[in-house]
Amino acid sequence: MAAKTLTIDDKHLSAEEGATLLQAAKEAGITLPTLCHLEGIYDVGACRLCLVEVKGLTKLVPACTTRVAEGMEVLTNSERLRKYRRMTLELLFAERNHICAVCVANGHCELQTLAYSLGMDHVRYEYRTPRWGVDHTHRLFGMDHNRCVLCSRCVRACWHVEGAGTKNVSGRGARAHIITDLNQPWGEADSCTACGKCVQACPTGALFHKGATVGEMVRDRHRLEFLVTARQKKEWITD
Amino acid sequence: MTRNDLLQIQERELAARKKITLRCCQAAGCLSSGAKQVKEQLENAVASAGLSDQVEVRGVGCMKLCCEGPLVQADPRNTLYIRVTEANAPSIINALQGGTAEAQQGDPEAAFFKKQLSIVLANSGVVDPDRIESYIAQDGYQALLGVLRDLTPKDAVEVMVKSGLRGRGGAGFPTGLKWGTVAKSTGLKKYVICNADEGDPGAFMDRSVLESDPHCILEGMAIAAYAVGADQGYIYVRAEYPLAITRLQTAIKQAKQLGLLGAGIFESPFHFNIEIRIGAGAFVCGEETALIASVEGKRGTPRPRPPFPAESGLFGCPTLINNVETFANVPPIFRHGAEWFARVGTEKSKGTKVFALAGKVRNTGLVEVPMGTPLRVIAEEMGGGAPAGGRIKAVQTGGPSGGCIPAEHLDTPVDYESLGQLGSIMGSGGMIVMDETTRMVEVARFFMEFCMDESCGKCIPCRAGTVQMHHLLDKIARQQGTRDDLTKLEELCDLVKNTSLCGLGQTAPNPTLSTLRFFRHEYEALLQPETGWHRNEATSPQPTATG
Amino acid sequence: MKVRLATVWLGGCSGCHMSFLDLDEFLLELVDQVELVYSPVVDVKEYPENVDVCLIEGAVCNTDNLEILHRIRRHTKVLVAFGDCAVTANVPAIRNQLGLGNAESVLQHAYIEHAQNNPRVPRADGIVPPLLPRVLPVHQVVPVEYFLPGCPPPAGQIKTVVTQLLAGAAPQLAGAELKFG
Ligand SMILES: Cc1cc2nc3c(=O)[nH]c(=O)nc-3n(C[C@H](O)[C@H](O)[C@H](O)COP(=O)(O)O)c2cc1C
Ligand code: SF4
Ligand code: SF4
Ligand code: SF4
Ligand code: FES
Repeated sequence: MAAKTLTIDDKHLSAEEGATLLQAAKEAGITLPTLCHLEGIYDVGACRLCLVEVKGLTKLVPACTTRVAEGMEVLTNSERLRKYRRMTLELLFAERNHICAVCVANGHCELQTLAYSLGMDHVRYEYRTPRWGVDHTHRLFGMDHNRCVLCSRCVRACWHVEGAGTKNVSGRGARAHIITDLNQPWGEADSCTACGKCVQACPTGALFHKGATVGEMVRDRHRLEFLVTARQKKEWITD
Repeated sequence: MTRNDLLQIQERELAARKKITLRCCQAAGCLSSGAKQVKEQLENAVASAGLSDQVEVRGVGCMKLCCEGPLVQADPRNTLYIRVTEANAPSIINALQGGTAEAQQGDPEAAFFKKQLSIVLANSGVVDPDRIESYIAQDGYQALLGVLRDLTPKDAVEVMVKSGLRGRGGAGFPTGLKWGTVAKSTGLKKYVICNADEGDPGAFMDRSVLESDPHCILEGMAIAAYAVGADQGYIYVRAEYPLAITRLQTAIKQAKQLGLLGAGIFESPFHFNIEIRIGAGAFVCGEETALIASVEGKRGTPRPRPPFPAESGLFGCPTLINNVETFANVPPIFRHGAEWFARVGTEKSKGTKVFALAGKVRNTGLVEVPMGTPLRVIAEEMGGGAPAGGRIKAVQTGGPSGGCIPAEHLDTPVDYESLGQLGSIMGSGGMIVMDETTRMVEVARFFMEFCMDESCGKCIPCRAGTVQMHHLLDKIARQQGTRDDLTKLEELCDLVKNTSLCGLGQTAPNPTLSTLRFFRHEYEALLQPETGWHRNEATSPQPTATG
Repeated sequence: MKVRLATVWLGGCSGCHMSFLDLDEFLLELVDQVELVYSPVVDVKEYPENVDVCLIEGAVCNTDNLEILHRIRRHTKVLVAFGDCAVTANVPAIRNQLGLGNAESVLQHAYIEHAQNNPRVPRADGIVPPLLPRVLPVHQVVPVEYFLPGCPPPAGQIKTVVTQLLAGAAPQLAGAELKFG
């Protein structure tokens, strides 16, 4: 494949045609904040945290779904972007009920990490404190909707890595939420194979292994990528 | 079906015309005030007066002055009856024989009608939407015939480019350019989709076109399909439009029976079918990528573009998606030529635009005017200004994605660029007139609530940002807000506009931004005076200060 | 002149103050530089005037919290929201999820439904302050200069912030030092 040359934050680099800006940035050692992105599953450009400025474009573009092009000049860390990212995180924290002190993911949470790395020391918007429940009906896993950021990583892992199609998004706007099967309790969702891929995919404390208490929900972020790569390259077929 | 067959149908239909035609509106507006019964009474009265061979009572589509319905028009006498009731319907027949009609008369020569220029609505209120012959009588399907006979697909695209038509779904993207892109995209299968989701509150142009002249949409889509190389079309209509759906179903059936849809249309190799898909009524499903997901049977949420539907749309195939009114312009363009069309309108906005005129004006209904017509002509001359004693304060265009244009800018011509400069948009054609009793903060809150409820929830800025903006607008409207809240509101507008994934979020701040731009004083007047601490409803009433 | 420092304990578990006490020998250094004019660990009844810095632990839960917070803001130059309850309202704000009437329902739950003896909601005008309809973080009630998150904030971070403040500089926490929880 042809290589494309571009600059990201004044770094000159070349990337394979078809690569995303996120991949190119990563290769160049530039990290971008991401939340809906997860290695191993396709991107949807939903969280808007990876937005970058591209010279010549009036609109900001998500690095995770934008392909590199010849001569592109990309800025990933302008004042404006930092402000937007911080505000977006504040919106997330105000949206549901994040009480890190009593959260299974405390210390291992991508949302929490993003917040402090981007300098979000408090939330200026009024907390909405909606009342969302916890689904504790599954034999092995639990889901606390209060901590869900609707990144849809669990849904994509469930459909496209496991192929079970148990998880889905239902409702719209602030009422959007993750459901299992036909909006049944997770424990009654027949299609669930109890593979736990959604739990591995979840960036926050929304999905967890039953029995985990505060700070115990440590995940292997590379598990899905490993599975997908192994499958594509047929690494587990020996002859 | 051959050319001769088509012309024969037309001749037969014209020959069967009677001396007098009573056109009786049977579109949703008039039907809701009893037009069905009025038509029945008229038919009975014709029969009992023994006039069946002289008078035709024709159910037609929208006759535009919806606020005065049910409407009946007698031709060729050019008499317009308004607010016709079942009781006074027979007197209209009486009047044909020299008696006096008890029904109220309207003025068909009033500015409301005279200032209109009908291209899209030319057949609306004229043809019987339930009869394909009625459409054929008005030269229907001759544009398709001409295209298939005389033009290559490339020529057809060229005609669209020359016409200068821009998409009527809101953004005003050049239609010819879009057709050209789909035509150039490679793929074994291509699709044409008609976007009839029309979710703007207060807008009913597309519904009227579908209810009044469904065949012109089918013909427009067929021409488009030929031009881009598609053989399958979908019309995505919202479930709230049952009459439009029924009429489309009838129209598709009739067109198939006559061979105007299906295989080998007009003895050419071109074949094309159309199916209807019914949307469950989510505003966001009007957004093209969400609409496509919905047609595919998935959850209707937008996805980032590129790739645009023209390259990868329905089921991953190149897809042309246009608005109802866009397609309605197609047959006239091909019948009369691109030059004819391009002579109407302004330099950059060609043709006409249909608006659904509503709000605080005397005449409400559908108006179709050449692009470039000043807002004042529409609101004051055609609309008749604010009702008794009132003065127009602002005109809202573009619905929840648009803005409020204050009275001092009423001389602005309606075209894509001029409205954009004022922080509004042409939008799909909703036009709400506001008088001095309207409070602008409440207008902004209303539209924000709409966007908040209709956000699909996929991206954070729109899903959570609209909630916070609505909360702040509500707080300010209830006189609980502070200057700090106003600042936060403006910052959020900036965020949501610039970072949302799709047009819904990107334009959701527009009504707020435009009212802030022109009516900022109304916001400021509602703010709380500064105190040493933040105002918070949970902490008021303030406790007595100690020390 | 010594810096006039205050610390207050609103709706919190006192964990932040415990963490403050974990400063150990630094506390002795502190004594040389500050005058502790008001704190749960000193016996002063009324919040004084002319305070330079006040560390506020806890969320704003009841009318007493609200009242003293207004007084604090009036008489203090620099407010630091000290710990997650002050910064986010944290665990005390869980009752907000119960919506309107949440204050009454938590009282019922705690003092009636779960009572073993004498089920009775304590009410004593002027002594037991009424709960606010919503629990709020400090900065939603009065403007706050600096935020020191953590549940509780580790002693090291408290030291950083206090040292910087005493040196007349704006506290500079960054990265994981700003972690909630
Ligand atoms: C939130 C949202 C709602 C929309 N609703 C409609 C609609 O109801 N009808 C429509 O034709 N276009 C709608 N659009 C615009 C479509 O995405 C698309 O641009 C249009 O159908 C293209 O047709 P045109 O080129 O003929 O204008 C909407 C866009 C957005 C972002
Ligand atoms: S999910 Fe993350 S941000 Fe939310 S409470 Fe848990 S640790 Fe905190
Ligand atoms: S449960 Fe977890 S993975 Fe699924 S949408 Fe919510 S935050 Fe994302
Ligand atoms: S902008 Fe709103 S409607 Fe559009 S994708 Fe985002 S959440 Fe959905
Ligand atoms: S990571 Fe790119 S939008 Fe979420």
